[in-house]
Amino acid sequence: MSADPKARMGLVVPGLGHLLTGDVKNGVGMLLELGVLLLALVLGLPRIGSLLFPDASAGGFALHPWVALLSWFGFAALLWYFARQHAQPDKNVSRENQSQWQLVWRQFKKNRMGVIGLHCVVLLAMVTLLTPFLAPHDPDLLDVGPQKSSPSLSFLMGTDEFGRDMLSRLLYGARISLSIGFLAVVISGTFGAIWGAMSGYFGGRVDTVMVWLTDFMLSMPRLVLVLTIVGLFRPSGAGGIYLIVLVLGLTGWMGVSRIVRGLVLSLKEQDFIQAARALGQQPSIIILKHLIPNAIAPVIVHATLGVGNTILTEAALSFLGLGVPPPISTWGSIVNDGREFLRTLPWIAAFPGLLIVFAVTSFNMLGDGLRDALDPKLRSR
Amino acid sequence: MLNYILRRLLLAVPLTLAVVTLLFVLVELAPGNAADKFFTPETPPEVRELIEKKWGLDRPAHERYFLMMKNIMLSADFGRSMVQEKPVTEIIAETLPNTVVLSLVTLLVVFVVGVLLGTIQAVRKYGLTDNVITAVSLFFYSMPEFWLALMLMLVFALKLKWLPASGMYDVVLYEYLTPLARIQDRLMHLVLPGLALGIAHSAGTARYMRSSLLEVVGQDYIRTARAKGVSERRVVFRHAMRNALIPVITLMGLSLPVMFSGSVIVESIFAWPGMGRLIITAIHTQDVPLLAACFFFFAVLVVLGNLLADVMYAVVDPRIRFS
Repeated sequence: MSADPKARMGLVVPGLGHLLTGDVKNGVGMLLELGVLLLALVLGLPRIGSLLFPDASAGGFALHPWVALLSWFGFAALLWYFARQHAQPDKNVSRENQSQWQLVWRQFKKNRMGVIGLHCVVLLAMVTLLTPFLAPHDPDLLDVGPQKSSPSLSFLMGTDEFGRDMLSRLLYGARISLSIGFLAVVISGTFGAIWGAMSGYFGGRVDTVMVWLTDFMLSMPRLVLVLTIVGLFRPSGAGGIYLIVLVLGLTGWMGVSRIVRGLVLSLKEQDFIQAARALGQQPSIIILKHLIPNAIAPVIVHATLGVGNTILTEAALSFLGLGVPPPISTWGSIVNDGREFLRTLPWIAAFPGLLIVFAVTSFNMLGDGLRDALDPKLRSR
Repeated sequence: MLNYILRRLLLAVPLTLAVVTLLFVLVELAPGNAADKFFTPETPPEVRELIEKKWGLDRPAHERYFLMMKNIMLSADFGRSMVQEKPVTEIIAETLPNTVVLSLVTLLVVFVVGVLLGTIQAVRKYGLTDNVITAVSLFFYSMPEFWLALMLMLVFALKLKWLPASGMYDVVLYEYLTPLARIQDRLMHLVLPGLALGIAHSAGTARYMRSSLLEVVGQDYIRTARAKGVSERRVVFRHAMRNALIPVITLMGLSLPVMFSGSVIVESIFAWPGMGRLIITAIHTQDVPLLAACFFFFAVLVVLGNLLADVMYAVVDPRIRFS
């Protein structure tokens, strides 16, 4: 690939270079991401002082706006990095010299749905991290506008019965919903990988028991199990959110564990594991340093697909009023708030649902794309 | 065949024991005890003692565990509901059939719609129809059931008024209807919950059916059938379909837990008096015995459903029976 002069446009406006050289999906995606960055700048800059130092006289300090500030620069750097990559591709890297991840990236780029999914996920991440700059109002402030007003130019997603701005509420809700999905999947991915690797590596009776337990957990209706635990433990206050994350994480690891076990069964017969064993390595070291890194690809795929599923389960929990305890609201609990006014104020319930669909679809598309790129054997067709 | 079913049934026994054990552990780990909600800080200790004794909470943990195991496994006794003051089994007996009816209707929707869409997609592989259905399925597959249920309710029940919004039958008119009209009334009430539960799962099933059928169509015996001049319709529906359905049946058995999760939500939205709504009620009223029983019966339903799927699997694929 030689450097196309048109691609240099990307150095000025990231995305334009991709667009001009015919890479529409990346071009549009990057332009949208740039748009969010600029929007955050325009909306956030005028009130950045009050955001970073709320009630400065009292020595107020809020963490989230600072994270937002840092991630703004992070996302900007990332955008320009990809634009530069596109403008000046490394010439002398032949196929043999590419690392495995570079090969995966090449394969992934060919998958249209996957790339679109990736851009959607990046957009979601940006919106989540930049929320303090983007949200026009305080999500919990009453009467920022007229009560029960339908979507309009000044209130894009309308207001609820207390006159709270729905757009701001949804943006702040996104932060909770997506973080829970992400954290729970980190827990379930780690746990599942270790469980599956132990089960496959030790074999014998240990394996039988562990597989049986996996199958047992798999045959439980997840929501019923989660509901029962939540119902018995009754989370309350800020600690409730951690219980939800933990419970969601510990009820979603079975798929990962099964796949890792299958891989480890064949990996452990290979020479490098035999060598490690002959050298007297501890089983824990073999599992963590040799087996799991070799089985990481399907774990990533499963985790990505799991994020969508976890977001759905969390939303269902919050919808039933048994998720993250109030006053924190998530997409699911906002749908629940809107249920009462389904007939008169349908937008309250409609928008968060659409956002859930968008988020889950994005993660599923990204996951499918990653699966096709990482492991041809797992391909669905 | 009978031998096979018996073997599978025996495997289900330790599974049920594990369910009871898990349940006990969860109840024990939970902060406070099951009777806490009856007390205020002003409750005299002797009253507290009396109430705890009534619910058997004064005994040591291992004794309660074996008692619970014995009661459930030998006499299907889950104790009495702490709120409704009648045996839990009585309450379950009223609601379980409703959930089973809803689930069967959903399964029917999932099977018919899923298989049909999947087949259309496989026949029109990579065509416009295929791509459109794939995109639409992905959309519905990613949709939360509660939201789909609410939107269906908003459009078809509240705005268009074509279908009833909640319940199993019309509370006011049902008494005065002729038997035929009663059946119609009940069917009308089934449509929205059935669709809300079924649509998302049909999307998944269609996807599976598509790849399964494509795999079968690539095999030699299909080429043979085509070569000897069998019509395309017959090739797809008679020759390929039979083998393509085998993995789909397994998938439907495996998706049973997911479906019951969905029924919890859909039942509570459409006020369907089933197990799903019951478990929510049990949680809100902190009725531990009822909650435990709901959990147990959901798990047993899944075990039975999987057993049924296994048996079906063995019926359609004789190779399974002998391995």
